[in-house]
Amino acid sequence: MNMLDFLFFIEVTLSGLMAGVMYSLVALGFVLIFKASGIFNFAQGVMALFAALTLVGLMEKFGFPIWLAIIGTIAVMIALAWLIERVMLRQLVNQEPIILFMATIGLAYVLEGMGDILWGSDVKVLDLGIPQGAWEWLYDKGVYIEKLEMFAAGTAAIMVAFLAVFFQKTRIGRALRAVADDHQAALSVGISLHTIWVIVWSVAGIVALVAGIMWGSKSGVQFSLSLIALKALPVLILGGFTSVPGAIIGGMIIGVGEKLAEVYVGPFVGGAIENWFAYMLALAFLLFRPQGLFGEKIIERV
Amino acid sequence: MIYRETGQFKAHYQDDQALFPIDQDRYVIFGVLFVTFALVPYLLNEYWLNAILLPFLIYSLAALGLNILTGYCGQLSLGTGGFMAVGAFSVYKLMVAFPELGFIPLVLLSGLITAAVGTLFGLPSLRIKGFYLAVATLAAQFFLIWLFNKVGWFFNYSASGMINAPPMTIFGVIVTGPEANGVAKYYLVAGIVAVFALAAKNIARGRIGRNWMAIRDMDIAAELIGVRPLVAKLSAFAVSSFYVGMAGALYFAVWLGSAEPTEAFDINQSFLVLFMIIIGGLGSVLGSFLGAAFLVIMPILLKNIMVDGFGTDSALAAHIEIIVVGVLIIGFLIVEPHGLARLWRIAKEKMRLWPFPY
Repeated sequence: MNMLDFLFFIEVTLSGLMAGVMYSLVALGFVLIFKASGIFNFAQGVMALFAALTLVGLMEKFGFPIWLAIIGTIAVMIALAWLIERVMLRQLVNQEPIILFMATIGLAYVLEGMGDILWGSDVKVLDLGIPQGAWEWLYDKGVYIEKLEMFAAGTAAIMVAFLAVFFQKTRIGRALRAVADDHQAALSVGISLHTIWVIVWSVAGIVALVAGIMWGSKSGVQFSLSLIALKALPVLILGGFTSVPGAIIGGMIIGVGEKLAEVYVGPFVGGAIENWFAYMLALAFLLFRPQGLFGEKIIERV
Repeated sequence: MIYRETGQFKAHYQDDQALFPIDQDRYVIFGVLFVTFALVPYLLNEYWLNAILLPFLIYSLAALGLNILTGYCGQLSLGTGGFMAVGAFSVYKLMVAFPELGFIPLVLLSGLITAAVGTLFGLPSLRIKGFYLAVATLAAQFFLIWLFNKVGWFFNYSASGMINAPPMTIFGVIVTGPEANGVAKYYLVAGIVAVFALAAKNIARGRIGRNWMAIRDMDIAAELIGVRPLVAKLSAFAVSSFYVGMAGALYFAVWLGSAEPTEAFDINQSFLVLFMIIIGGLGSVLGSFLGAAFLVIMPILLKNIMVDGFGTDSALAAHIEIIVVGVLIIGFLIVEPHGLARLWRIAKEKMRLWPFPY
């Protein structure tokens, strides 16, 4: 392998890592909700789209400055979380997981339609002044890396650190972990499930906003944004449904694997393999660890 | 009062094991079959047959298939769209290559091919469970659609990547292609669906079905009492894919006439069929039909009401439609998480006891 090939390999790997972090941003929201309520929230991708749409809408239609628009969107996401808990989750306590899963698909439909009606279904440009283009320092050395993706990776790192502190050190975080561990035990020591769910869905909404901002800046705010949920699913099963670090590392493995496969294998089979390759990769990992890399071991009793 | 088994004495063990042990159930089934085959084609016009009854019957078949896997055997699958595509593309290849075999054998053959593919993609279910498996079945969905898009052999290298159903006849009546008339297509599809719905009901109550249900309720316990998970799970995948494959074949060859993999068989198809069995009722043959009816008819109804009734413009109507569908789904799950079939069961219990409350 000569120098140029090697640099190319590095470039592909790095950009795979960065793309993987973008997937992780979406997967993170899934993990939060699954951990706290055992709900497989299919609407996470649409929530990212909805958040990004709201942000753009607030900026364009109402002329809000960026910081105000972000605060406004966060408020909307919190209100949404409260509404979801009130109208949907509260009625579905103790139902089977598959019922809750289907309900979140219904929720995805509702959010998608609402986003379209409220803010229009045309492609919107989201520009928050996040740096874009090649990172010059590495570009001089022959490796092309998007600045935006570096920025996303940095944001993801900060967010994970923040979430870790939130889960480990705060009172609410402890309550969240208690709920994740055992609903009934948590209830019996006086933790309000309803409040916890609102908090978790709010946090997931904010994570969705971050994901929406990153993906929206990258490829415009449009319907296809909601499809990134489908990209986050293999990340999720690879990392394990219940693990925050799993979501990040799973994302990186998927990102790198996908890019390498696309570049080195894709041309031989007609390309466009990124749609299913991630799933196959995740499946291969699952055959060895059925609960994902970092998921809790599934223990069953008869 | 009317629905009551009092006075129906069973003199043989065979009577006890009949598919519909209660007389009234039998009358209802014969009534439904009579209406389906003798009245409907003459009472309803082409539009009803083509736009509502055909998709309803075809989706019922697909829902039956998924219900066998998810409702009876407890393996959640999101690959239905992909398996329908397998059925569609295999029936296409067979129709072009062996038209002399006749249409119905070709549909059955394409079902068998799909069963083989389904068994292959069912292999991970032996190790992976629950939502992990559901996501893993998405691998089948995306991989199969990609395959049918990329490999020219499957669509005979047509420039557009579309497949078109060549006209085929049964007893001299054209049933596929643009010249086929609604009544012929309806009889074909209704016949196939009726036969396989009865078959499903029979399989589900027999040894195989009981094995599936044991696996569904708890696979480790089932294994301990002697159900072989390998056989039970893979047979569920095979039978389910057989049904789904036939549905896909009919969906393409009889209903659509031409299809393109990314549009006709995308992941929304998988969700649609999954919704049908959830709303209809998991683990119920009747539920598959009720769910399919609900989800086929409701969007058409909504669209007609909004576009024709209120003059809403069609883009807005489409957005309102998905909101309404979403709300209805959530509402249904809240009101009756066990589906329409459960409502029917409750109604039957009430009729049995009437006029007494309990």
